[in-house]
Amino acid sequence: MISDRIFGLVVTLVALAYIASATQIQTSFLSDPVGSKTFPILIGAVAALCGVIVMLRPDPDPQWPGLRRLGAIAFALVVLVAYAYALKPMGFLIPTAIAAGLLAYQISPRPVPAALTGLGLSLGLFVIFKYALGLGLVAFPKGWLG
Amino acid sequence: MDILTNLALGFSVALTPFTLMLAVIGCFLGTIIGALPGLGPSNGVAILIPITFTMGLDATSALVLMTAVYYGAMYGGRISSILLNIPGDEPALMTTLDGYPMAKQGRAGDALVISGVASFVGAFLATIGLMLLAPLLAGITYRFGPPEYFALYMLAFCTLGGIASNNQAKAAISACIGLGIAMIGLDNTTGMPRFTFGNMHLMDGVDFLVAIVGLFAISEVFVFIESHGQSTSIGVRLKKVTVPVRDILASGWTMLRGSLVGFIAGVLPGAGASLGSFLAYMSEKAIAGDKAGFGTGNPKGVAAPEAGNNAAAGGALVPMLTLGVPGSGTTAVLLALLMTLNITPGPTLFAEKPDVVWGLIASLLIANFVLLAMNVPMVKLFVRILQVPPHVLLPGVTMVSFVGIYSLSGSYFDLLMMVGFGLLGWALRKLDVPTVPIILGILLGNNMEDSLRRAMVLSDGDWTYLFSSPISIGLWIAAVVGFVAPIFLRPFLRRPQAITD
Repeated sequence: MISDRIFGLVVTLVALAYIASATQIQTSFLSDPVGSKTFPILIGAVAALCGVIVMLRPDPDPQWPGLRRLGAIAFALVVLVAYAYALKPMGFLIPTAIAAGLLAYQISPRPVPAALTGLGLSLGLFVIFKYALGLGLVAFPKGWLG
Repeated sequence: MDILTNLALGFSVALTPFTLMLAVIGCFLGTIIGALPGLGPSNGVAILIPITFTMGLDATSALVLMTAVYYGAMYGGRISSILLNIPGDEPALMTTLDGYPMAKQGRAGDALVISGVASFVGAFLATIGLMLLAPLLAGITYRFGPPEYFALYMLAFCTLGGIASNNQAKAAISACIGLGIAMIGLDNTTGMPRFTFGNMHLMDGVDFLVAIVGLFAISEVFVFIESHGQSTSIGVRLKKVTVPVRDILASGWTMLRGSLVGFIAGVLPGAGASLGSFLAYMSEKAIAGDKAGFGTGNPKGVAAPEAGNNAAAGGALVPMLTLGVPGSGTTAVLLALLMTLNITPGPTLFAEKPDVVWGLIASLLIANFVLLAMNVPMVKLFVRILQVPPHVLLPGVTMVSFVGIYSLSGSYFDLLMMVGFGLLGWALRKLDVPTVPIILGILLGNNMEDSLRRAMVLSDGDWTYLFSSPISIGLWIAAVVGFVAPIFLRPFLRRPQAITD
């Protein structure tokens, strides 16, 4: 109930913001009967309407995970974001081993298999991508190999 | 005979050693993808697209590889349904109903062989159906103008949202999210930026591959972390595999009927393989009556949904290739592949690139035989692969997704967006909001807006032009019915609950 009401409210607010943003679209001298604004405004209107419907007629609540599981998900999110930033400057091998190991640990909390998973995935995928599929991956940070 | 000359052309493309090799690799990968719970056909195909793209395969090869993966995944989904009582992919859900009881009675091998043969019958007949129906439909779509296309896109959203979800409003919200994201970037008509907020990365719009991989593959990681990898129960053991000839012959008509029902369900835009297997199972159950013991391990209850599922998978390629409108989540991903390869589906595809279309069809025919060989005699190999634990599989899927998207653009921004889509996908799944309409919206949004604007240019701003031809009126009516009718049918179409131990 409450989940859907919040979801509906968020959808409606985002949709209204979307419409407001659509009215600011710059038009150019090339114009057509519909223009650049109509379709986005239409989408926003449908979404806002459906958001209100969901708010008024919510489904039963899903079972949300407890705080510990939510924390694990948040941690995984941080790991993935850090991995996204690290991939270019740090090369493939080290960030992949760390990120894969941490994710494995989040799914099954045993340190040794998780570390082995990280190492194995990092090396194995590097070999497959680099040599079997010919993708241009960099193994280590640039400075290390001179 | 037009079809025969076209087929000859197709086989001349498909029987080159390289294409043949790709088909075999695709079948193998596909069966693994389908068999592993947590890696279904849509996310499996999704994470492979960026990689095939960066490998620089030409259009025909890439299509052959990915459709072989698609067919293979539909075959593979049944393996974990039968052995673990966990559907490897969504359409295989119905196979658990009779497959798992059969396995518990010690007939796992029989169930795997029967369902493998049923998969072959379904997929083979559907490929023939595709061959006959697609050129006909392509001929009709020559008459489609902008208003008809706009109505067709509406139909796709309405039936997909109506049939494949539990709540119409949530499906519509999902479609709007996708359409809204598609608007980001430069306006096709005027060339002015929209919703970029001055961010250079958003000028080109949001790459649909980033959204697909995020929503389908990355969100799965969050789902598994939440469930703590609980679904790793090792089910029943597989003993010696023999061919139960009598059961296969006895369920011959079941397979044929299931294939027909599945194919029709697959051709309907928005319905897809899940509906195909559901309808095939329910109609066989109704024909057999209560005494037949459906749900307690009847071989026909394994044959029907698998024939329906695979026939629907082939049927879903018909609207995707001829109209550019996908019928399911996985065909939406295949449409994304076509768009990445710069192939525009539709009638012109059949006229201008017969080698691509017929090469694809011929490869699918070959792939079916390869899959039959892999899924009946070699099924034990795939059973072994099922034992890969989730704490290795899911980080692996994540890393493959990252490398794929990273090698497309080399920008960390796309990776961050992908992670964002992953989190969004997880939250929406918790709230029972379908994510496939988002993909459809991102894929079709610009075409949909363009067809609306072109129609209005042609009619000089008269909105009634959208409803001016019989074809478009028919499509609009179908769209409204497809969206509204499931609300009333839902009490009758309740899915049977999966059996628990």
